[in-house]
Amino acid sequence: MLHVAIRQASPIALDASFSCRNGETLVLVGPSGSGKSTILKTIAGIYRPAGGRIEVDGDVWFDSAAGVHVPARRRRAGLVFQSYALFPHLTVLSNVLEAVPPGPQRRRSERAAEVLASVNLAGLEDRRPAQLSGGQQQRVALARALAREPAVLLLDEPFSAVDQATRERLYEELANLRRQLKMPVVLVTHSLQEGLLLADQMCVLHHGTTLQTGTPQDVMTHPQSVEVARLVSLKNICKATVRAHDAAAERTILDWNGLQLEAGLQAQSPVGATVSWVVPAGAILLHRRDRPSHGERENPVPCEVRRCIPMGDMVQITLEPIHARSEHLATTLSVHVAARNQVRVGESAVVSLLASGIHLLAGPQSPRLPYTPLHHHAPGATPR
Amino acid sequence: MDWEALRLSLLLAFATGLVLIPAGVMVARGLAYADFRGKSIVEAAIAIPLVLPPTVLGYYLLTAMGGASPLGAFYERMTGSPLAFSFEGLLVGSLIFNLPFALIPMERAFESIPVEVRQAAECCGLSWHRTMWRIELPLAWPGIVSALVMTIAHTVGEFGVVLMVGGNIPGETRTIAISIYDRVQAFDMGAAGAMSAFLLVFSLVTLALTSRLSRRVW
Repeated sequence: MLHVAIRQASPIALDASFSCRNGETLVLVGPSGSGKSTILKTIAGIYRPAGGRIEVDGDVWFDSAAGVHVPARRRRAGLVFQSYALFPHLTVLSNVLEAVPPGPQRRRSERAAEVLASVNLAGLEDRRPAQLSGGQQQRVALARALAREPAVLLLDEPFSAVDQATRERLYEELANLRRQLKMPVVLVTHSLQEGLLLADQMCVLHHGTTLQTGTPQDVMTHPQSVEVARLVSLKNICKATVRAHDAAAERTILDWNGLQLEAGLQAQSPVGATVSWVVPAGAILLHRRDRPSHGERENPVPCEVRRCIPMGDMVQITLEPIHARSEHLATTLSVHVAARNQVRVGESAVVSLLASGIHLLAGPQSPRLPYTPLHHHAPGATPR
Repeated sequence: MDWEALRLSLLLAFATGLVLIPAGVMVARGLAYADFRGKSIVEAAIAIPLVLPPTVLGYYLLTAMGGASPLGAFYERMTGSPLAFSFEGLLVGSLIFNLPFALIPMERAFESIPVEVRQAAECCGLSWHRTMWRIELPLAWPGIVSALVMTIAHTVGEFGVVLMVGGNIPGETRTIAISIYDRVQAFDMGAAGAMSAFLLVFSLVTLALTSRLSRRVW
């Protein structure tokens, strides 16, 4: 089990805390410059923050209060650098052997061969890093990190230097490999998609501060604040007034610019308060023009189509609610659904917002915050 | 051909390399990785022999090694012979005027090792010694070879500082460069030409060797 708490004011402001169980993958997501790599380096011991505590399986690696700072070489942390940082003059086998703990030479060679086989590098032992592809270099870096029999595995943007096709293959390989790993795995990425794909727990980081930690599903559907919602690229963030809480029906009633909305019960927001709320693209359902359905009774919102951006076989749609023209709803439809329902710029369209998908947010009410959200492709909405 | 002068030149060059390179590796590594107040002044001081006229450097060295100086007096008290105009004095001078030729290539070589590679070595659990032996020295090897060859070649060819510090004592301080000058003064152009040709070939071979030995294998 890994426990991390890091605090410092400068030179890089950090206020991060999270835990990761053995066998679990925690993904640190955040935009560039949010302090993700610094946190990994702090866990590995190659960066010493002003304050905090790092504990792995009961061993204290860092405790500023007690003056403990175990050097990196004694921490048993396997770190895969973003640049891989392979030893360029050594062969693949030697790169891995350097990290194998001391012992009889035969046992060490067996361990190196075993780790190389686990990342599908058998047969490439005698090559030097420059003779390998980006994906193969990434595997050598991973094998080297694993060779040390680490108590925690740290991956710093391990897929950023490879092409899309290789990246997808490596995702699959890592997903398979992590089932066999018993230690906590902390992966850093600025790609939300990567986080959603690989995380058991996702930790959203901004300006060195951990804003929310939870399962990917939880973070995506129940962001704790407007800031988190924006960071995880949730687009449909609007404002409304809380009108009532109906505990019996498990509903919170909102007034959205004169339109009544029903959301799942969220009694923490006081009646009368102006709140921000978010609805994921997947909870926006387009009404079919040809065949009305049952679901249309759930928070119907008449809109005008403002923008259609084709993206291969999908179309990204921006809708302007008739009753709240300053706000927008964004969703994605497949090309044939958009065509069948005459979703075109200037046309009217009616969507339902699933009550269970509407989530009230804490935090600033400003419609736009000055930072770049993470890369993410929103799931498509399907008509009912 | 003044074989005695050649032997002395080679002896001085290899002795300089032998002392300067191992010590220089540690100093260059320290300068490459450390960031401290006054670093640029230290680097400027090391580079001074590159820009200072050799006679000026030679003058200061001679003054520092003379019997009236604390260093010269101390040496004389300890050994019973003067430091100036001796082979040992030449060696001290050679170590100083070769500082930039030895340290600068090695400092650049250590600087060129990505910090993440050194951090990766730490994360692999490598000890300080093993990191130095297995990772840093092989990666800095081209710079170390350049430093060695430049030091040797420069020592063999140095004239001004050697003349100022060592004078022209056969078998003691007369190096091949001094001998060439001496032969020209005596109108023995044949011997001067032979020795100059030797130095030309020697320089060419050492530079070719540097290029070959310092080639990266990765």
